[in-house]
Parts: sequence; structure tokens; C-alpha cells
Amino acid sequence: MISRQEVEHVARLARLHFDEEELARLQPELGRIIDYVRQLAELDLSGLEPTSHAVPLKNVLRADEPVPGLTQEEATANGPDVERGQFVVPRIG
Amino acid sequence: MAGIDVTSLTAHRCRDLLAGGEVSATELTRAYLDRIAAVDDSVQAYLAVNEEGALSAAAAVDAKPRSKRLPWEGVPIGLKDVLCVKGMETTCGSRILKGYIPPYDATVISKLRAAGLVFLGKLNMDEFAMGSSTENSAFQTTRNPWDLGRVPGGSSGGSAACVAASEGPWALGSDTGGSIRQPASLCGVVGLKPTYGAVSRYGLIAFASSLDQIGPLTRDVKDAAALLDLIAGRDPRDSTSTGLPEPAGVPNRESLAGLRFGVIREYIGAACEPGVRAVFDSAVETIGALGGVCDEVSLPSVERGVAAYYLIAPSEASSNLARFDGVRYGSRHTPSSDLYDMYVRTRSEGFGAEVKRRIMIGTYALSAGYYDAYYAQAQRTRTLIIQDFAAAFGRFDFLISPTSPTVAFKIGERMADPLAMYLSDLCTIPVNLAALPGISIPAGFAAGLPVGLQIIGPHFSEPGMLDAAHAIEQRLRVETSAPLGAASEAPAVEAA
Repeated sequence: MISRQEVEHVARLARLHFDEEELARLQPELGRIIDYVRQLAELDLSGLEPTSHAVPLKNVLRADEPVPGLTQEEATANGPDVERGQFVVPRIG
Repeated sequence: MAGIDVTSLTAHRCRDLLAGGEVSATELTRAYLDRIAAVDDSVQAYLAVNEEGALSAAAAVDAKPRSKRLPWEGVPIGLKDVLCVKGMETTCGSRILKGYIPPYDATVISKLRAAGLVFLGKLNMDEFAMGSSTENSAFQTTRNPWDLGRVPGGSSGGSAACVAASEGPWALGSDTGGSIRQPASLCGVVGLKPTYGAVSRYGLIAFASSLDQIGPLTRDVKDAAALLDLIAGRDPRDSTSTGLPEPAGVPNRESLAGLRFGVIREYIGAACEPGVRAVFDSAVETIGALGGVCDEVSLPSVERGVAAYYLIAPSEASSNLARFDGVRYGSRHTPSSDLYDMYVRTRSEGFGAEVKRRIMIGTYALSAGYYDAYYAQAQRTRTLIIQDFAAAFGRFDFLISPTSPTVAFKIGERMADPLAMYLSDLCTIPVNLAALPGISIPAGFAAGLPVGLQIIGPHFSEPGMLDAAHAIEQRLRVETSAPLGAASEAPAVEAA
């Protein structure tokens, strides 16, 4: 189960908005998925280390040398609003 | 020579035809473009066909003397739209990336370019590779070439359908929880997910970074080995990449004598359709006839795999997909009152329902107060799954199971129930969680629909795993070319 308030809170965190109709569908869908994954919360896994990466790798380093990358023009070419090589955004809050 | 028939052609046969001068690269590319023009209205595998680019790449190959060409030069290939190709629209099946033109090539694309392959176009997929049917594509639903009323599987459904319908001799896909193997199984072709790290993920649009791998979808195991060798390698641009310790080479094993195969008990029980089970049992008999020893093995933790995956993958995805905010690429909602409003409107309009669902689950699982109960617990389950596989590989060289518990399902059938869709990947998900290599090869048919056999090996066991897969494939001799246009006919060859 997940409450309506929780769904709205998580949506804000995720920068998503759902209208009434979507919320009516989403809340029970998320509830069913969360009920399903909750089976893990009931397991006693206290002796186990969590795995974030399944192939053992540590401290992969490279020489800190400059190499050619994208030009400013290439890097900004896909921007929906670009001015003088900068990404333009609406005012902040 | 004109009008070459591309149906059923493997990539190595294309290579041989080119090397022998029996066909020019232009004729071969033209023949595939004609095939696409003839059948893709019904299959809908391609999101974009690179006709002009492919023909000019082919012409460049033809301009070179044959003795100066690289082995695979002039062989065409289809590409899942999750891969960035410089100058070619790359949407990842999402409205939010409509119109995105990458300024760089993914490392696998650079490698294929250097090898002289001809890019036929971009293949359909579930949006951001989230799905098991391609129904989550923002643009179109690909059809299963064996039955146009059914799904091709997903998320690399376009790649699998492309190969099954001979709209390309081979294709690249990506696999996060089964997205190469499950569609390969449902479309009756070969699909290989390499060991995590064997192939660079640079330029692969990220879904779940600790699980994603790029891999081949092909008509036979030889081609899968060849394409793996073309794309594998350590890449300074992906610090998690290691390459393969030794190349896969050309699989040529005929006998399985001395090899032990563990049949994963958890995957042949109630969840498995009887038709799938029957094909699987006959594949087990074939392995025995080839001298391999099969025995059941239990990996209890794999039953928790789907639950662990649906916490880990969405958690990583919720973070990876934060970059789609309407600032640097893709679509943007205008006008907006302020930055927050622009983010929310852009993302809410740009993402489809399944992507939003997964972002929500991931954000929830990572949010304050839930992290330990969900995400950390899923990571511990991942450890348990890794340990179960390690123990099984102490007794067996390879593990086997059906790739998918069911044959291809009908379009629309599972769209109303996300959880039922997630369970399509029951048998494939734990392989990603443990970073293992896995391959699906065609094993036969149930009621006229393809059934795949999954073979799983220890880390970096690709050469041996492909050798074993080749031996089984050569004995089973399953038809891999879908009888398109011959509606509702029985497939030409049944399982041995």
C-alpha cells in the first residue's frame, strides 16, 4: 500500500505531475508493485553485505591528461534554447 | 548479380558472399533495404531506416579492392535505438528524446564503423529499455514475425524481430534484465548478454548502470561470437568495462562430453507453460545425446530475483533519468512559469506511463525512511543470488533453463498488469543481478511459436558458453526464419 499523500510527495521529488485520472490508476498500481517487492523486507539478510556492483573492480584510474572533447557548439547543438553557447532556462522559482 | 534473396542469410554468409565477389556491398545493402521496404509495414521493427547513409557506406566499401578490406566490411547491421550514433536521430523509444542527434558515437558504434559494417537503421524498443514487449515504445509496437498478433518481446523487440524477419542479418540490443534474451527467445533467434563489463556502455543511454550490457541478436551462435568479438573490449570511457580475457573466436565444438549442465529447478515448475517445458525437456535430452551430463540444481534465491530487480533497476533508473530535464537535449515544455514548472511539465509530457511508474518506484525506494527496507535489502538479496550462482558453478560448467516461461503473448494482453509483464523476465533477471553471461538459442516451437533455451555461464566464460551453445544449436537445427506472409502456417522445422 502507498497513500495518496506519499504518491504526491514522491512525484514532487521525481519532478513529475499526475492529474486526477492518472493518480487514480497509479496509486493502486504502485501499491501492488510495492506489496510485491515488500517480500524482501521480511527476509533476514543481516549477515550479508549489500552488492552495488557485481564484478569486483576497485579504483579504476587513468592518466590525468587533457584529450580533445566536444566543442561548445557540438555540446549545445541539441539544447532547446541556446544563446551564445549557453543553455537558457526559465527563471528559478 | 541482382535480386539476391536475403531471407535466412547469416552475417557470416554475407561476409563470405562479399569476400567471394558473389555480391557487392551495394547489392547486399540494397537487398536488405528492399526487404525492409517489403515487410516492415507489417513487422514495424525499424524506427528509422538509414537508406542514404547505408548505401553510401556500402559504395565506399565497393570502391576498395577486396584484398584491402577488413573481414566484416560491407556486412549490414541493425541497431537498437538505445545506442548513440553520431548524426543519426536516437530516441530510445521516447518522446522526450524525439529529434535528439548525438554529437558522438557509442564505443560499440565506433568499433563497428572501424570494422566497416553498414548501418541499416535504428530499431524499435520499449521506452528507455523498460518493458518486455516493445508496447512501451512511444512510437510503434513491433510485431512478432511468427505471429503478427503477438509481441516480439522486449525491450530489444525491434532487434529480435529484425533478425527473425530477415530485415538485417544481425542486430545489436541491450539487456538489463533479459532485454536481449527474452525477445530472442520469443522471436526464435539467438540473443547473447555478455558478462557485465565485457562491452563498453559508453554511448548506451543508461537505464540501470550496474546491470546494462550491450549484446548481439543473430541468426546463429557463430554470428553471436563474431559480433561479440567485434564489440568487446576495455574502454577508458567506461571505467566499469574490462573486456574479455580471451576472444570468443569461432565456435566449433560438436560434442558436449565432459560438460556438466545444471537445470535450474526454480524455472521448470508451475510458472513454466507446458509447451515451453516440453521443448525444454527435449533440449535437455539433446544435451545428453551430445555427451553432456544434466542434473537438477536448486538456486532458492532466484525466486526473489524479480523483487530485487524491481527495486534496484528503478532506483538506478530514477537517478539516471534525472538528466532528462529539458535543458541540454530533447523536448522542452514551453511556456513555463519557472524552472521547476518547466522540469515537471517537460518530464510529465515526455515520459510514457511505464517509465514514470519506474521513476516513481525508484524514487520511493531511495527516499528517506525507506532506503534500508527496500534498496539496501534488495542489494543484500543480490549478494545472496551471487552466492547461489557461485555455489552452483562449483558443481556445474553451465546452468540451463527456459529463457522465458511462456511463448510470445498477444499484443495488449499484459499491458493492464505491470506485475504480470515484469514476470516475463523471471528466468533472465538473476543473470544480470549476478553480472553473468547468458545466451538464448532457439530450441523449438510450442504451438508454432518459438521457444528459447537459456544457457548461463560463470563470469567471462563466453568462449566455452558459445562453444556449448553452438554444439546444441547444430544438433537441434531449429528454423530461425519466420514465414512472413504465409500467415498461420506451421513452422518448417519442429524441435528435434
